Amino acid sequence: MNDMSNKWIGTRTIRPDGADKVTGRATYSADNTMPGMIWGKILRSPHAHARIRSIDTSKAEALPGVKAVVTAKDLVDFPIDKSVMLGIQDMRWMARNVLAKEKALFHGHPVAAVAAINEEVAAAACALIEVDYEVLPHVIEIEDAIKPDAPILHEWNQFEGKPSNIAGTMVLKAGDIEKGFAEADIVVERTFTTRPVHQGYIEPHACTVSHAADGRVTIWSSSQGQFMVRAMTSLLTGIPQSNIRAIPAEIGGGFGAKTIVYLEPVAVMLSKKSGRPVKIVMSRDDVQRATGPAPGSLMTVKIGAKKDGTLVAAQGTFYLQAGGLPGSPLRGPVGCSFAAYAIPNVLSTGYDVVSNRSKVAAYRAPGAPHGAFATESVLDEIAEKLGLDPLDMRVRNSAKPGDKAIYGATFGDVTFVETIDAIRKHPHYKAPLDKNPRPGVKRGRGVASGFWYNAGGESSVQVNITEDGNVVVTTGHPDVGGSRASIANVVAELMGIDHSRVNVIIGDTQTIGFSNLTGGSRVTFASAMVATASCEKVIGQLKDRAAKIWKIDAEAVKWEDGMALPAGDNAGKFPPLSLKELAAKANEMGGPIGTQVQLNTTGADPGFATHCVDVEVDVDLGIVRVLRYTAAQDVGRALHPGYVEGQIQGGVVQGIGWALSEEYLYDKNGRVDNASFLDYRMPVCSDVPMIEALVIEIPNSKHPQGVRGVGEAPIVPPLAAIANAVHDALGKRFTALPMSPPKVVARLEQAD
Amino acid sequence: MSKMHVTTTINGEPMEFLADASSSLLDVLRGPLGLTGTKEGCGTGDCGACSVTVDGRLMCACLVLAVEAEGRSIGTIEGMAQGETLHPLQQKFLEMAALQCGICTPGVLISARALLEKNPDPTEEEVRFGLAGNLCRCTGYDKIVRAVLETAADMRESAR
Repeated sequence: MNDMSNKWIGTRTIRPDGADKVTGRATYSADNTMPGMIWGKILRSPHAHARIRSIDTSKAEALPGVKAVVTAKDLVDFPIDKSVMLGIQDMRWMARNVLAKEKALFHGHPVAAVAAINEEVAAAACALIEVDYEVLPHVIEIEDAIKPDAPILHEWNQFEGKPSNIAGTMVLKAGDIEKGFAEADIVVERTFTTRPVHQGYIEPHACTVSHAADGRVTIWSSSQGQFMVRAMTSLLTGIPQSNIRAIPAEIGGGFGAKTIVYLEPVAVMLSKKSGRPVKIVMSRDDVQRATGPAPGSLMTVKIGAKKDGTLVAAQGTFYLQAGGLPGSPLRGPVGCSFAAYAIPNVLSTGYDVVSNRSKVAAYRAPGAPHGAFATESVLDEIAEKLGLDPLDMRVRNSAKPGDKAIYGATFGDVTFVETIDAIRKHPHYKAPLDKNPRPGVKRGRGVASGFWYNAGGESSVQVNITEDGNVVVTTGHPDVGGSRASIANVVAELMGIDHSRVNVIIGDTQTIGFSNLTGGSRVTFASAMVATASCEKVIGQLKDRAAKIWKIDAEAVKWEDGMALPAGDNAGKFPPLSLKELAAKANEMGGPIGTQVQLNTTGADPGFATHCVDVEVDVDLGIVRVLRYTAAQDVGRALHPGYVEGQIQGGVVQGIGWALSEEYLYDKNGRVDNASFLDYRMPVCSDVPMIEALVIEIPNSKHPQGVRGVGEAPIVPPLAAIANAVHDALGKRFTALPMSPPKVVARLEQAD
Repeated sequence: MSKMHVTTTINGEPMEFLADASSSLLDVLRGPLGLTGTKEGCGTGDCGACSVTVDGRLMCACLVLAVEAEGRSIGTIEGMAQGETLHPLQQKFLEMAALQCGICTPGVLISARALLEKNPDPTEEEVRFGLAGNLCRCTGYDKIVRAVLETAADMRESAR
């Protein structure tokens, strides 16, 4: 099945949703309307930290045109002392993030919502809501939040017996760290900081919701999981899941951040109270202030090595910002930072730190880029000090099949070295680089690697043979980057028919079985696996039908090129029966042909990536430009190479933004000072070069097509690769991101 | 305040609408006119998702007042294909996987068309600066730039 000579798998077919997207017909979450629809608006906290003493909505409710007002009291109560988990999300925090309860925890935190006949009236009504705030001292940065006298966000939260902003810890250990460092010939320890960065999807959050008179709810919104939307909305509103139909709109980017809800439960309660469909659309300002971002970090990494480069001990201490409510992705840096390396003695500790900024959301390999920035920078320094090639040193230390990973798993295939080799052998790594091309300009080259767990999990795929003998595939996963195209390739291949005869669509929560989030680099892996099982069952049905028609055993029938054929001469001589012919006879031979398979998939081996980058630094202006970028990754099998390359290229450029320009700026009142795309500087087209994706295909033996997840790993190495390149150019280590012009200039003025 | 009456042309077809003085062209396109192919990513002219042409000139519809459409000719993504025939840029974007989520795609296509009308033979750098007003967070721009360059080459070839 994993045959490189496949007809459709591995080809650059045109995606099923493509024509709608290039003509403006695809409907994203803000594009939907409903008859009788009214508009919702969110009232947001003007304070970074304040106790909410009371909320008086009476004046807003009295304004003509206002149809409903809701506050946290209208949602299900989740007491602080009782955790209710949905996946990795705790509903205590989700409910309080959606509508503030005891406290407003960041500037922009929703405190109430209004539905009115138009947006203007809804906005006017928001201004009439009287919130009695007790303004409290705020704290933004990790360094400040962990001080003993820091303002405490949650009085009930204790750490080491005292009220604290440290809301959680995670520790992974191997061997004996003291002994390990004692054996080392060289030890390098550095402290690193990264700033929070927003996922930066171009589509703001939006939803249209109808709560009908019979209690049935329809939600039209874009997310990375319609089942997540249904489940969280059900939990927060108390409406049973059977009465909530969450319809996935096309999603305009998510990158992890659309794996939670912000608007849907609020819109449902507004719709229930008003008796009207309600639409809410966030502004970009709302998105930047109150959704995402990825956490900022404060990290210390210490690594010990022998003279030959063998790593003997590694210690990481990772503080991540959770935002106003607990829940930063500690397993990213704690588990991934050292995972690609066989290091006998490891201590990796994470701290979840709350502060007065928006609750963090997942962002591509959550937490892993942070840890890799620290670890891969320290490894670069060790290689430099030992006079070793940094890639050779990584090869020497690669984890091996059968090794026990620090996070508990035992490695099956480890294809890390293959990614390093791809870079070592690439012309880019060998190309001469003029380090002083002209006065005031320095150039440098850097490398770094990355690791991501990848994931399996629940997926459902329905394969139906239409009456005219074509194929409709329904999956339960929102398509963020071409998963429909990949599944179409797999189904056309397995069914042995032309690609144009397969249509792949995404079902809503009431039309397809449970399917977990699109995230963690799991969707193509899981849905291809389940689509394969579905196709195998359908082919079994088709062979049964042919056997019945021919009056022979089903085992004597084979399926080839979209046709049933006698399996051999002994089976008898019959003209082939095509899919179209079998479909035409379906009802007289036993009924409709099709099946749904629902699986909790396993076997998602981890992803490895190694990157090489050349940068140019203007030493007077502090501007760092990326000149050339090459990214190698083992993807197992590229079902659709175009979208696999696209994942790698996109992840790299997000990493470039993280390394060089993106950060949240706060004013002294704890308000985001750059909540726009003008001031929050994501890479634009003229900022970056072509990104060469080296797609390595070593089939994952646990997957029918050999697939390995792709989407997360590409964002893990860039921060360190670029920092290492800047070091190569300037001779100075950069331990703080972003390496934006003022910071580069300031660093150049520092001694060392 | 009463609404103002606007007579305009959208994608070559005569159109009338009523708009508040404060409404943007984007509000009217996406709202009463139902032309939701033009996207709103920021509302401040920074992302280019609402790129349209006004009398052939590239603009962000969020920065144009609806009443400014009076007597003008507006071009949106809905008018880019001729019936069933996609514009060469649209076709090339599909063939070269130059879109992922697709939310920026209408704006990128409108910008790219405007670029190629002015400069049918752009360098890579000219394409990159020509599209610098269109944020894309998915693709890293690589395939977009390649698709625009290839389309330009094809269009020059077929114009010969």
